[in-house]
Amino acid sequence: MADATQTGIGPRPVDWTSEEIGARVRRRKASEMRLKMVGLAAIGFAFLMLAILMVSLIATGWQAMTQTHVRIDVTYDPALINEANPARSNFRQMLQNSLVAQVPGATAEDGRALLGILSNAAQFTMRDRLLADPSLVGRTVTLNVPASDPYDLLNKGLIDHETPEELRRVKDNEIAFFGALAAQGRVTKPLNTTLLTSADSRFPELAGLRGALTGSFYALLTCFLLSFPIGIGAAIYLEEFAPKNKASDFIEVNINNLAAVPSVVFGLLGLAVFLNWLGLPRSAPFVGGMVLALMTLPTIIIATRAALKAVPASIREAALGVGASRQQVVFHHVVPLAMPGILTGTIIGLAQALGQTAPLLLIGMNAFVTAAPATPFDPATALPTQIFIWADSPERGFVSRTSAAILVLLGFLVLMNGLAIFLRNKFERKW
Amino acid sequence: MFPQAADWVRSMTTFAFALLFLASVAGYLLNLRAARQLQGSGARLHSLAGFHGGFSFLVVLVPGFIVLILWLLLQGAVINALVLRSLPPGTTDGLDPGAVQLIVAEIRQIAGGRIFGTPEQWKIDAAARLTALRDTSATLMVVVVGVMSAVLLILSRMRVSPDFRARQGTEAIVNGLMIFCSTVAIFTTIGIIASLVVETWRFFGMVPWYDFLFGLRWEPQMPIRADQIAAVGAFGWVPVFVGTLVITVVAMTVAVPVGLFSAIYLNEFASPRFRAVAKPLLEILAGVPTVVYGFFAVLVIAPALRDFGVWSGLPIASNTALAAGSVTGVMLIPFISSFADDTLSAVPRALRDGALALGATRGETVITVLFPAAIPGIVGGILLAVSRAIGETMIVVMAAGLIAKLTINPLDSVTTVTVQIVTLLIGDTAFDSPKTLAAFALGLMLFVVTLGINVLALRIVRKYREIYD
Amino acid sequence: MNDMRIAERTVGTNAAKISARGVQVYYGETHALKDVDVDILDRTVTAFIGPSGCGKSTFLRCLNRMNDTVAIARVEGTILLDGQDIYDKRIDPVQLRAKVGMVFQKPNPFPKSIYDNVAYGPKIHGLTRNKGELDEIVESSLRKAALWNEVKGRLNDPGTGLSGGQQQRLCIARAVATSPEVLLMDEPCSALDPIATAQVEELIDELRENYAVVIVTHSMQQAARVSQRTAFFHLGNLVEYGETGQIFTNPKDTRTESYITGRIG
Repeated sequence: MADATQTGIGPRPVDWTSEEIGARVRRRKASEMRLKMVGLAAIGFAFLMLAILMVSLIATGWQAMTQTHVRIDVTYDPALINEANPARSNFRQMLQNSLVAQVPGATAEDGRALLGILSNAAQFTMRDRLLADPSLVGRTVTLNVPASDPYDLLNKGLIDHETPEELRRVKDNEIAFFGALAAQGRVTKPLNTTLLTSADSRFPELAGLRGALTGSFYALLTCFLLSFPIGIGAAIYLEEFAPKNKASDFIEVNINNLAAVPSVVFGLLGLAVFLNWLGLPRSAPFVGGMVLALMTLPTIIIATRAALKAVPASIREAALGVGASRQQVVFHHVVPLAMPGILTGTIIGLAQALGQTAPLLLIGMNAFVTAAPATPFDPATALPTQIFIWADSPERGFVSRTSAAILVLLGFLVLMNGLAIFLRNKFERKW
Repeated sequence: MFPQAADWVRSMTTFAFALLFLASVAGYLLNLRAARQLQGSGARLHSLAGFHGGFSFLVVLVPGFIVLILWLLLQGAVINALVLRSLPPGTTDGLDPGAVQLIVAEIRQIAGGRIFGTPEQWKIDAAARLTALRDTSATLMVVVVGVMSAVLLILSRMRVSPDFRARQGTEAIVNGLMIFCSTVAIFTTIGIIASLVVETWRFFGMVPWYDFLFGLRWEPQMPIRADQIAAVGAFGWVPVFVGTLVITVVAMTVAVPVGLFSAIYLNEFASPRFRAVAKPLLEILAGVPTVVYGFFAVLVIAPALRDFGVWSGLPIASNTALAAGSVTGVMLIPFISSFADDTLSAVPRALRDGALALGATRGETVITVLFPAAIPGIVGGILLAVSRAIGETMIVVMAAGLIAKLTINPLDSVTTVTVQIVTLLIGDTAFDSPKTLAAFALGLMLFVVTLGINVLALRIVRKYREIYD
Repeated sequence: MNDMRIAERTVGTNAAKISARGVQVYYGETHALKDVDVDILDRTVTAFIGPSGCGKSTFLRCLNRMNDTVAIARVEGTILLDGQDIYDKRIDPVQLRAKVGMVFQKPNPFPKSIYDNVAYGPKIHGLTRNKGELDEIVESSLRKAALWNEVKGRLNDPGTGLSGGQQQRLCIARAVATSPEVLLMDEPCSALDPIATAQVEELIDELRENYAVVIVTHSMQQAARVSQRTAFFHLGNLVEYGETGQIFTNPKDTRTESYITGRIG
């Protein structure tokens, strides 16, 4: 390229092969490479956070998948049975006596410590058995009851034996008693079905998500029943019928702004309007669902309008051309074609609603309720508020249960979003 | 003696809804058959028979439904007022509204069958009256709905004739329903503003507004005795707001660079394969509920920062603003990155080609041409993210502090507007203490600030879109 | 075609600046360009004509490797610039594009000032040592693009504020500022009104004194007015290539004749 300087006739001839230009290009390439690396590092950071989040949840959550149980033989000692009211018998003492008898090397003074191995549920299990079968008096039965939280942790190896004894929740002699029970093969670690079949409890070993799941179900159902028809109605009107005037603009601006209002403000709305002014019941999933519906509405309206917009004008014109009214065109042709998009948007909106916590806290859906709600008007918790309650509880056993509850919540979210993606891919049309 | 009453109310309510629905279906069938008969007799109908049916269905259903909902929403307040008025003279004289509310609550408890201690006889009497009123109300509701349905049924049946424009009638009702749906958003906004403003107004009746806006101390302890109201608590929102800003700044320090550089990489350098995997993964980060991030902050980030503080000797508080802020930042990464990605993609291809054709590297193209061109859109996106960070609740409730401290040191523990709203309102709330109402004043400030930022951001974004559309 | 002025011909004396041999381009499954052989002469305006989708723009974008920016495009064959293969692994497209400038169909000024638009190339390539030199380059480039007199008082105004014809001349100035050796123009007048078109055509004629100019055009009149050599593309094939006068007055291929007389395209 010796003639480059002669033929290059810009404002100033440039020798593109010069060392100076070459060095500059190398520098420019290096700085581009740095930008690329920084970008990759940024994405890497985001993925690292996601990975740490998931790993920490799974690492703590899987501990809650099992629950230590202890099998003991208890005697319904006639001396401790309350003849007049068997339910009020001294089951604690019976358990204590049976434990002392069965743990090698234990004396009567250790009874209290031994009783601590078992969950509080043990006495109620005994009572229920007796009430179901009064002939048990004087007989010995085998009970398989959950171990209390500290011993559950001990059995799972989550208690550091190196910690000084006075700082540990289980003392050396208690560890020894538990070890003795384990040596007899009385300690098992079956699947923790309680987690899904029971409602909340103050004791981690008895706490479950049934109440929260039912509450969330009722709340989402209410949310769906309200926001789906209202959202579609609003979207159809705004997209297909509304005159282009100030009022329509105002509604649109309103919807867009509502979508960005902080969730806690919706909680304040629910508290002031639904609970205080209208006197609706506190902590009820129905009211929670109403608040969630107001929050989900903008999502559904925006998604529905996008789906309606995607239906080509030619279809509307074709239907109008054969003499259909505008409503007939919309309800017979446009809406059915837009349905997959509408459903996708609705499911995504409901998935967001399922994860909402703050507004539900404000209308009291953090109640401590030990039974699943029978109707949407009974006090209840929801899945995310239950997670909040457990995360706030001091008992160590709740840490793993919180993670497990989160995994359940994330599982539902994955399911719902997966369904939305499936719908979108299956019915997506390219016009 | 009382619980059966609740059952009566419940079954009456169910019955009313069932009755209304059946009446509507009956209306549909009646008019459909009438129209068909007209057709059969050779008349040429203006509208299809189905529209005659649909008309009757809606004419019966819609008014009945509105009456039912209003009845259910308003009967509580009316019954309360009636019960209060029927109380023996002297029982509520000179009591403030809060105490009266307590009495009403107790009467309701008794009526619900939950009796604690031994209430006075007049309360038990009032509870009986309450129950009776509820029963009457439920019965009356069924009667009203029944009569209304019957009248409307007959009226709509009478309209069936060959010339009746049933299609227009039906469509007008449907149109009205859709307009109502559209206005729900407006009612929601009105509801938000009304509830916040009314309660804040009451709050300013107890605490002067200038103390709230300019006060430097936030100590909303509940006064123990009634005569202490507003004497102990301090309600200056400045430290709370500053705390919110500290956490927002920390969050943005994490989210903005990470989000923008991710977007640049995804937009300019990533292979389509990498993009196809990376974008959904980032979206997962956006779909995780905030309560999960809150737990993550408490479980992982806060202990890690504490350990780092011990190791490095930095005075990192146990619930440092860094923990809540950085996790909020992580939550916002996908928000910023996808917004920036979209905005960069919206820059016309011609500009990119122009720069490349001049011999710019891809890096130079994105930094010197695309990025400046996309700046308005990106700024709008960042503003939206800021508004989200300010309104973020669960992460800060779980990981930030409760004590309002006027500091801008992110290592320290601060509290935020949302934390205070939730902690003030969690548990039982009485609507007459400044503590409860202060939460609404904070809510109003939060609403105003976030709304302002959003409006500004949306305006910037729209301007930007107009340039390139 | 009676208004067609045939430009003065000074063909055959210049050396080949670019020579392409056996060039194939695929867009995914589509075979967009089939086996093209062309020699582009220095200091000559070469026009590529042909119906839409014939591959003329595709071939133009091969000459400065702009097809690299399209993920699914694949180029085969050799293209030599001054005897060097531009698709050689050692050739950096960044440097190549500084040498082979390009002007696009639609004016695409950056959302920056007029001055910064023109200065962009020299800045990134580090062609100047101080502000004075840069000012000089900006002025001479704008003069070359016949825009200086119109904008000299408002160099700091945004380039996007100019009229369409001015914008396109700004883009030409921007391309000229890096002192390229070849200038590629992809239908540079298709978005312009007749007056602006005339200005740009005049400009192209002047640029010929220093550059090898390749212009893709839809308009046969324009090709006849500005070019010395013309290549006719059809369905991805280079059908005929020769002196402009000969192509328009005495085409050898029947397809060329049909196109020129308006039967295809």
